[in-house]
Amino acid sequence: MLRLDNISKTFNPGTVNEKAALTNLSLDLADGDFATIVGSNGAGKSTMFNAIAGTFIVDEGNIYLDDEDITFKKEHVRSRVIGHLFQDPLKGTAPSMTIEENMALAFLRASKASSHLFSRISSKDKARFREQLALLGMGLEDRMKQPVGLLSGGQRQALTLLMATFVTPKLLLLDEHTAALDPATAEKVLELTKSIVAERGITCLMVTHNMHQALEVGNRTLMMNAGKIVFDTAGEERAKLSVADLLEKFKVGSGEELDNDRVLLS
Amino acid sequence: MSSLFSISIFQSALELGCIYALVALALFISFTILNIADLTTDGCFTLGCAVGAMVTLAGHPFLAFFAALLSGVLAGFCTAFLQTKLGVESILAGIIVNTGLYTINIAVMGFSSLTNLFGCDTIFSIGKDTIGSGVIGDWYKLLIVGAIVAIIAVVLWWFLGTTLGMSIRATGDNAAMVKSSSINPTFTITVGLCLSNSLTALSGALIAQYQKSADINIGTGMVTIALASLIIGQTLIGNKGSMLRRIIGTILGSVLYRVIVAIALRLSVPAEALKLVSAIIVAVAIAAPYVRKKAALKKREFANYRGQRSQGVRDNA
Repeated sequence: MLRLDNISKTFNPGTVNEKAALTNLSLDLADGDFATIVGSNGAGKSTMFNAIAGTFIVDEGNIYLDDEDITFKKEHVRSRVIGHLFQDPLKGTAPSMTIEENMALAFLRASKASSHLFSRISSKDKARFREQLALLGMGLEDRMKQPVGLLSGGQRQALTLLMATFVTPKLLLLDEHTAALDPATAEKVLELTKSIVAERGITCLMVTHNMHQALEVGNRTLMMNAGKIVFDTAGEERAKLSVADLLEKFKVGSGEELDNDRVLLS
Repeated sequence: MSSLFSISIFQSALELGCIYALVALALFISFTILNIADLTTDGCFTLGCAVGAMVTLAGHPFLAFFAALLSGVLAGFCTAFLQTKLGVESILAGIIVNTGLYTINIAVMGFSSLTNLFGCDTIFSIGKDTIGSGVIGDWYKLLIVGAIVAIIAVVLWWFLGTTLGMSIRATGDNAAMVKSSSINPTFTITVGLCLSNSLTALSGALIAQYQKSADINIGTGMVTIALASLIIGQTLIGNKGSMLRRIIGTILGSVLYRVIVAIALRLSVPAEALKLVSAIIVAVAIAAPYVRKKAALKKREFANYRGQRSQGVRDNA
């Protein structure tokens, strides 16, 4: 499904700010895998996501999606099949446009080429958007004419999730997408994520700082340190792991404590 | 009042307001929607004026508008190409194209800085012959430009609601979101700038026929004047609300600007002073929200300081 083959990325090469964010990272993700990712700040989790999404082109190595080499594909081309959610709920929606307009843009992924350039939102589209929005259970289906800027962070993130999965993506990247939300809303958005991913069988990668979540959600757990995957577990072995084991694994894998205050707090 | 403001002055202010409203709408697209300060405007207006004048001179008053539209698309494409494909800063891209257009414009007019259209058929002379008699009388010009602006406004409103139009709006609203929604920002910026500059050039061609002349310096300061109109319109209607409302607001802003200019001229303000006045309107209008925020902060700071002072005095007593 997704294969990262020895990818590397160094930011600001040749300067004092040189930072090797990814170093010969390899990963093989099977169809329908839902892997959680943990790691300290600066381990390269978001950088790996950005490499997959195409925000930048990797310095070395190749990226394959469904056996197609997408290493040099542009971000907007990849985004046809890759959904990407960020920690910041403001990143995924256009604030001054209405809910239905935002959804219409998300629906663009489904349309091939230029045939839909001059079509407007039809009543059929509206009915479909309304139906989808109702699934969120946030009452957004009755606010479709309102600009997204008026929504709360949780509502915006739920909407972004809906938009990213509206047209089923091959791969969904969730970069701590519940971290900026209050606990109740975060729980709700996570439940929503799990049900959508399970229902459609979407292959998914999710960064989290919650160690319980890392072990409970999905079917595989990855641990990153210094631009590499240092621990990878699934199946029986994963089922037996406790949070303490996971922290211990990190120590073994990286030779240091997991230095992340959010991990300790959660 | 009647001596200060006769009907004919009001009438020509309305006519000019409608014609220049197209430039204001162009900036509505580039400045408000795409969030790009497109400085191609000045040169592009003159380009439309020059192209329109030459084609009119050749005896094709209607073709002149389509030629002008096309020339505007090309100018907009150059600016967009520089900033999206060659990495030139958007403001610089506009300035570069604007400078280059000076040579193009003077070349279009056969290396003369002034072209007269006296005796040529224009949309206005044709309009006068066909509808300029009877009830309509002197108002035929306003009818023509009003109809053109109304058509453009409706088409623009329709376009901004299409998938492509929405993609352009999203590009100015949240660039990161656009890329992750499979929209190519290079494409949307290019289409947006081509569209906005075609409207600017169309306005130039209308002015050429309206004034029966084209002048190499006619576009100077146009971007500031159009921004002033845009801002007046936004102040009138508000920056929120539906697209149609905002488009109408922009047109009203342009008309109001021309009315203000007409009154100023009537009050013997020298014509040369108008550009300075426009510049001040724009500077004040854009600076106002920032200054208001700063002033509110200063006020709190001062109140806080006074509070502490009086507390100190009480403590000492």
